[in-house]
Amino acid sequence: MTVLGLSRFQFAMTTVFHFFFVPLSIGLAFTVAIMETLYVAKRKYIYKRMAQFWGKIFLLGFAVGVVTGIIQEFQFGMNWSNYSRFMGDIFGAPLAIEALLAFFMESTFIGVWMFTWNRFKPGLHVIFIWLTWLGSTVSAIWILAANAFMQRPVGYGINKKTGHAEMTNFAAVIGNPQLWREFPHVATGALMLGGMVVVGMSAFGFMHKNADRAFFTRSIRVGAIIALIGSILVIITGDLQTLEIIKDQPMKFAATEGIYEDLKSPAPWMVVGFMNEGSHTAAGLEIPGMLSLLAFHKLYGGTIQGMNTLNQQFLGERGKIIKNGIAHPEISNYYVPANVLFWSFRFMAAVGFAVLILAICTLWFTRKSKNTLADSRWKLWILGICTYLPFVGTTGGWLITELGRYPWIVYGLQTIADAVSPTATVPSLLITNIVYFLLFCLMGGVMIFYSRRVLHQGPEPDPEAAKAEPVPEVAPAGAHATTRKVALA
Amino acid sequence: MTEFLAKPLIDGNNLLQLLWFFVIALVFAIFLFLDGIDFGVGMATRVLAHNGDERALYMRAVGPHWDGNEVWLITGGGAMFASFPLWYASLFSGYYLLLFIVLVGLILRGVSFEFAAHSVTDCERSVWQWANFAGSVIAPFGLGMMLTSVIQGVPMDAAGNVRAGFFDVVNWLSIVGGVAVVFFSFLHGLHFLSLKLDKKTSERMLNTSKKVYWIAYPALVVFVILAFFFTDFYQRRTWSTLLITVVILAATICGHISAYKKRGGFAFVSSGVTLAGIIAFIFNGLFPNVMIATDPAKSLAVHVASSSQYTLEIMTIVLCCLLPIVLVYFVWSYYIQRKRLITDDSPASIKAALAQ
Repeated sequence: MTVLGLSRFQFAMTTVFHFFFVPLSIGLAFTVAIMETLYVAKRKYIYKRMAQFWGKIFLLGFAVGVVTGIIQEFQFGMNWSNYSRFMGDIFGAPLAIEALLAFFMESTFIGVWMFTWNRFKPGLHVIFIWLTWLGSTVSAIWILAANAFMQRPVGYGINKKTGHAEMTNFAAVIGNPQLWREFPHVATGALMLGGMVVVGMSAFGFMHKNADRAFFTRSIRVGAIIALIGSILVIITGDLQTLEIIKDQPMKFAATEGIYEDLKSPAPWMVVGFMNEGSHTAAGLEIPGMLSLLAFHKLYGGTIQGMNTLNQQFLGERGKIIKNGIAHPEISNYYVPANVLFWSFRFMAAVGFAVLILAICTLWFTRKSKNTLADSRWKLWILGICTYLPFVGTTGGWLITELGRYPWIVYGLQTIADAVSPTATVPSLLITNIVYFLLFCLMGGVMIFYSRRVLHQGPEPDPEAAKAEPVPEVAPAGAHATTRKVALA
Repeated sequence: MTEFLAKPLIDGNNLLQLLWFFVIALVFAIFLFLDGIDFGVGMATRVLAHNGDERALYMRAVGPHWDGNEVWLITGGGAMFASFPLWYASLFSGYYLLLFIVLVGLILRGVSFEFAAHSVTDCERSVWQWANFAGSVIAPFGLGMMLTSVIQGVPMDAAGNVRAGFFDVVNWLSIVGGVAVVFFSFLHGLHFLSLKLDKKTSERMLNTSKKVYWIAYPALVVFVILAFFFTDFYQRRTWSTLLITVVILAATICGHISAYKKRGGFAFVSSGVTLAGIIAFIFNGLFPNVMIATDPAKSLAVHVASSSQYTLEIMTIVLCCLLPIVLVYFVWSYYIQRKRLITDDSPASIKAALAQ
């Protein structure tokens, strides 16, 4: 256990945990906003109940997201002080702007939205949730602007006297092509996640013995439409981002595809495989020509560089920087953790396509003419378990993004080993790692527990339905359901 | 114009560096003014509330605001990172464990609002109310300790790495500083609740605050005396330090009198000025440094710690455009929620009100 290893573990743990709740907030805020907008447009009470019900889950996720976000911000100074010194001039600005432009908006209007349901007209009240969503999305732009610089430094110069990076062109930092590939992928991924969570939780909701079927049917359809659109967009934006990464960070791309030796087109695509990171070889199941299609969208044309070539190339190019003392002298090669990247990529991509298929199936099984989903327990179980699927996808995405720039913290400029706080000690890192881990487990567990409870309590009863004629009792389709009511709305 | 901006004005610092030093002080002062409310209310839940329902009501009083209040801390951190990266790096890495404790406090408090609202049994709700209380004590105490231990001079090397040992963090001044921040937050929260709850409860809050002042005075006076011996503020920056000390004492006395006269509004503003005054005292004393090293030659000066002129210019433009807008809707969100809550509002009826 070293200071570097523990600091990296802590950062990875915080990022991954925090990023369960960021897309959940963005995605659910959007879903709730759509539901409330439907209420404003159609004036059907069920949409208001939907917005309020899913709003509860959103608020739970938001609370955990906020507190983990503070850890994330403080960690740069606490664990990575040399990085903060080197990069503060550029990295701090987006972070400060994020707070001013986005966090204030998000946290102010979420407070207003929560407590003013009966104070404002629906048409005005819906604006507050849209502003909350806007705040969380804009905050993603700025934090990704900071991250994009770490992936691809632009608009900067190195101050000769201090050796620190300094911003020279703010427009270039904001216009970073890496940012405008990363952001759409993250934003659409969040929509997909938000939609899928509503789908999966509605599926669990159906299984409860007193489930309000009409309510969950309408929820699951709204969720599925958002998940469907989100998953299509996330696949497209992911493809665009990959095209950028092939040019920008070829080592990252080569690792996600497990390529050690250069490949001439048509290049085969390894579906599953295992990388021997010691001997730099890979073996697995391959589809001929597929990789050229995926990477260049044509069979003949490009050459794909392998990790061995790239490593030699980087050693040649960047050996100089090591002599200047900016890079760490201990770094002997530029290989990235290939197995983790390879499998993260496969999980992430699989999740995207799985959600696409699940969303289509959900829409099909809940179609107006023949709504059978609620009576098929195995389908509900599959959908329910798949609530967790998009979280696997987002985790995979971050592992690729962050591990793929190893050994750099700022690509080509500063190594991870140089960035760590010189004052950090193993005991203090060990304590904080353990406490953070326990806190994360506790918060994650309580979050799931309360979400389940909210689901089982069900939505608030519909006062209009009580006033109207009694709901027709329909014979239960499932053998175990005895008192199930179906509102044929 | 750019020439003027880059010209050193005071102690080698140019206009933008001075501005940003002031902005950071201002943001932290606003943070303590606002989040002091939430900390104080959190403390009141254990000290004053008779039962779980009353606790829930107190927490409801800050429910719509605590999140926005905390953003001032995040903004302060972000602004410090952007405008004085070397300060941010030295301070945050040097006070590693203390900051970590503050973070744990903030986490416990942050999740407790939502989790308590979802609790069903009294026992379960009580757990999160305890979490809220614990966080509301730990966070201001830790922050107070950090602020007051920084001003005594920290063991810092030429590269700006701070290795604060146990006795750098825990000593008489820092303990008294932490206690003072906790007590004034408590008073501030009481005054806020006196404005937020019905007349009868409001009176109870002010009656308690009258008594708490008698504990807060000694903390404040001891703090001023210790600051004279532990720091060089009164020697180096005599007049400004004296002025701020007088303002803090006057605000405290004013708050106490207001509490006696049952003027919740005046008392609230006064206790807020005291809290903001503590920040002003510290930042004024730090200047022209941001970190005072035990070896004065190694102290980190404002203009050394600052980021490049270009970044400061960009940040200034951003600040001038965004801050007014933020302030408008921030104040508006308080304004629309200005109505007093009624003690009879049990959580059940609050829930019903929320569900409407």
